[in-house]
Amino acid sequence: MSSAVADTSSAAPPRPASWPRLGGAAFGRGLVVAYLSIIVLIPIAALVAQSTDGGWSSFWNAISNPEAWWALKWTVIASLIVVVINVFAGTVIAWVLVRDRFPGKAGLNGVIDLPFALPTVVAGITLLALYGPGSPLGIHAAFTKVAVVMALLFVTLPFVVRAVQPVLMELDLEMEEAAASLGASRFTTFRRIILPSLMPAILSGSALAFARAIGEFGSLVLFAGFIPFKTEVMSGLIYQGIGSGNLTGAAAQSVILLVIALVVLLIFGRLTKWSLRHAG
Amino acid sequence: MPASGRASRWGLRGFALGYLALLLMIPLGMIFYRAFEHIGPAFESITTPDALHAFYLTILVAAIAIPLNTIFGVGCALLLVRTNFRGKALINAIIDLPFAISPVVIGLALLLVYSRTGWFGGWLDDNGFQVAFALPGIVLATIFVTLPFVVREVVPVLHEIGDEQEQAARTLGANWWQTFWRVTLPAIRWGVSYGVVIATARALGEFGAVAVISGRIAGQTQTATIWIAQAFGNFDQPGAYLGAVVLALLAVSILVAMNLFKRKEAT
Amino acid sequence: MSIIVENASKNFGDFVAVDDVSLTVPDGSLTALLGPSGSGKSTLLRIIAGLESPDSGRIMIQGTDATAVPAQKRDVGFVFQHYAAFKHMTVHNNVAFGLRIRKREKAEIDQRVNELLALVHLDGLAERYPSQLSGGQRQRMALARALAVEPKVLLLDEPFGALDAQVRKELRAWLRRLHDEVHVTTIFVTHDQEEAMEVAEQIVVMNTGKVEQTGPPRELYEHPKSEFVMSFVGSVNRLGSLFVRPHDVEILQQPEPGADEAMIEHMVHLGFEVRVELVLAQGESLWAQITQNEAEQLELEKGQIVYVRPSRARVFDREGLSTDGHPTTEELQAA
Repeated sequence: MSSAVADTSSAAPPRPASWPRLGGAAFGRGLVVAYLSIIVLIPIAALVAQSTDGGWSSFWNAISNPEAWWALKWTVIASLIVVVINVFAGTVIAWVLVRDRFPGKAGLNGVIDLPFALPTVVAGITLLALYGPGSPLGIHAAFTKVAVVMALLFVTLPFVVRAVQPVLMELDLEMEEAAASLGASRFTTFRRIILPSLMPAILSGSALAFARAIGEFGSLVLFAGFIPFKTEVMSGLIYQGIGSGNLTGAAAQSVILLVIALVVLLIFGRLTKWSLRHAG
Repeated sequence: MPASGRASRWGLRGFALGYLALLLMIPLGMIFYRAFEHIGPAFESITTPDALHAFYLTILVAAIAIPLNTIFGVGCALLLVRTNFRGKALINAIIDLPFAISPVVIGLALLLVYSRTGWFGGWLDDNGFQVAFALPGIVLATIFVTLPFVVREVVPVLHEIGDEQEQAARTLGANWWQTFWRVTLPAIRWGVSYGVVIATARALGEFGAVAVISGRIAGQTQTATIWIAQAFGNFDQPGAYLGAVVLALLAVSILVAMNLFKRKEAT
Repeated sequence: MSIIVENASKNFGDFVAVDDVSLTVPDGSLTALLGPSGSGKSTLLRIIAGLESPDSGRIMIQGTDATAVPAQKRDVGFVFQHYAAFKHMTVHNNVAFGLRIRKREKAEIDQRVNELLALVHLDGLAERYPSQLSGGQRQRMALARALAVEPKVLLLDEPFGALDAQVRKELRAWLRRLHDEVHVTTIFVTHDQEEAMEVAEQIVVMNTGKVEQTGPPRELYEHPKSEFVMSFVGSVNRLGSLFVRPHDVEILQQPEPGADEAMIEHMVHLGFEVRVELVLAQGESLWAQITQNEAEQLELEKGQIVYVRPSRARVFDREGLSTDGHPTTEELQAA
């Protein structure tokens, strides 16, 4: 899956547009803007407007009341835990998929994309089947914090793996061979030669995973539930707010969630650019 | 390849396989087991009018939303890659927005505009066009969440093939439509296919946004995913598991199509 | 008078690509636009094709003002450096493209395509895809495609730049022969002066967006109007203010009026010719081109001290323009 932060605003080559003359392009641009407005921009504007409907104090209260504040903290913490696990597990899985050889590897490679294709509700149900009540393994993790982490791990699995895989494939083996000939151990080679090259991909994959994790909803509904002060994440809180008619509060919480996601994506974007320069 | 300790290779392999097995594959196997464990009641449940309507609605919504988004996606990609204008970065950012927003938030935002008390909803409702808690709302929500997919797949392909073929077509007398239809579109077809396939998967699986905007009225505005969640909540576990299996099978066939198109794109 | 460019200019932001260029391309001729990278030659070609529009100036094609006419209506054939083959179409369909757009009859199209494929020696490859052809074959296909719609003008943008040296040589000769057969006004862009000299009837030398000189190859070589043209078209030695062609450097055994002392640093035997690299007493280096016979007669050896004198040279004034004629003896002695 191509990265969401692909750059199409590259420096214009010294040749202007080769497509329909100005008239046609302007018309197309107008259509695109209209489409985006109806679908995205206007709803987002309405969201922001509604969040401030009760003034600053209502906005603040929607986020800082005990239940909301707890949910906010837990959402961020759980997502961070998931990102850290993903960095490690995702890199290992990518490594095995690229460097190792065993029967069925191609099939395994295809399976990685499953969380992209599978409905989130189904993801929740599959975890419930194995780790919930009636579990053949005797594990009852449903409706616990562990369930939240597991569900988030499920849906964010492909992000780091798919980001790291192509970079690993492109890596120049000769660099590693040179390092080995100079006496570096495998681990040192990994730490000093391979990891820096992978860092940009790991960072960008992590950013996407984090943004996905803090907003996740469907997989948590059945498997973790939204128990206040236990498993409730922001998306669940917002959902309940809508259901109980408190649209202003829900909007305020939504705005905060959105801002966090955007800020994190921005920070990770910068980090990725920085690490690209030092990727070697 | 630098000599690797057999232990470390097996260790990594074991970890990867174990992780994937415990997180992904065994749970998936379980729902098949659970579904077929009580296949009788499961089948009965999934063939009730409400259930059938839910699956039908899911497919209908996809059938409307995906083509719309595909046309938008291809057009927008052409605009971004083949023309120059200020504000490209902004359009890029807006297109990427669905990746950063929780589905529930998307549902809320749409509700605030298109419900009876929303910005436009009142006017639309009065003119006979109900959006929230009806099909159009679900379609809008689905378009929102699938917005980036086709664009993001087509843009790199357009970059890669370059515009020389299109220039050649122009010098040979083709107008812009002929150029697009005969030269550009065939060149990007696998990128488009891949984007359409991922978008479809996303559309079929959408839950949060639809849960908010649709009102989840059984037999009317429930989609398949919502039906499954409700069935489970109503202790109709067999039905829910079978429904999950159906969607899972759909997802797997989509995965297969994805891999096929990815390979074709590479040639 | 097939193509007339009148005072065309084109900027890309701050970069001046084409600077007030005026040019006449005779009907049926084979003209080269020659110059280094950034000289504006490709931009000028694309302006003529209608793929760029000039910021100012006019383009006349066969008597009509074509400046505002879009590329697709200009009836120009264009061949790109990297072929721009329609990758997803067979060779046959590539060549047929222009005819299909014009809604010709299938039978007519097939006949014309076969004719053209025979002309470019690609018959038998009609059902192949471009990816199955070599670079040279792809370029010939691109030519057939451009010629299919009987354009008034044929434009080629560094057509052989992406090909191997051997293939390039073959295709050069082949282009000349094709032009003899088909007689369509042809303009091609190149940075390779040897290519321009070999193929073109008329060469337009360009530098930093301006035309330096226009004329047949021989005239450019023997009567260059500027430093740039002399250095770019053919090789040149620079001695102070004198510009001397290597084959105009006389090597003498004994000192004579006007001759300078020099040491032979290196000799390269290139078959019939010998290249003698020399260094003068003041430290300047130059090289002379003489025949094998001459080298043997003079019994030249590496390390030998000889005397060199230009038999012909040009001087250019401060603006780099030619003051024409041969240098005076004083100028020779001053060098």
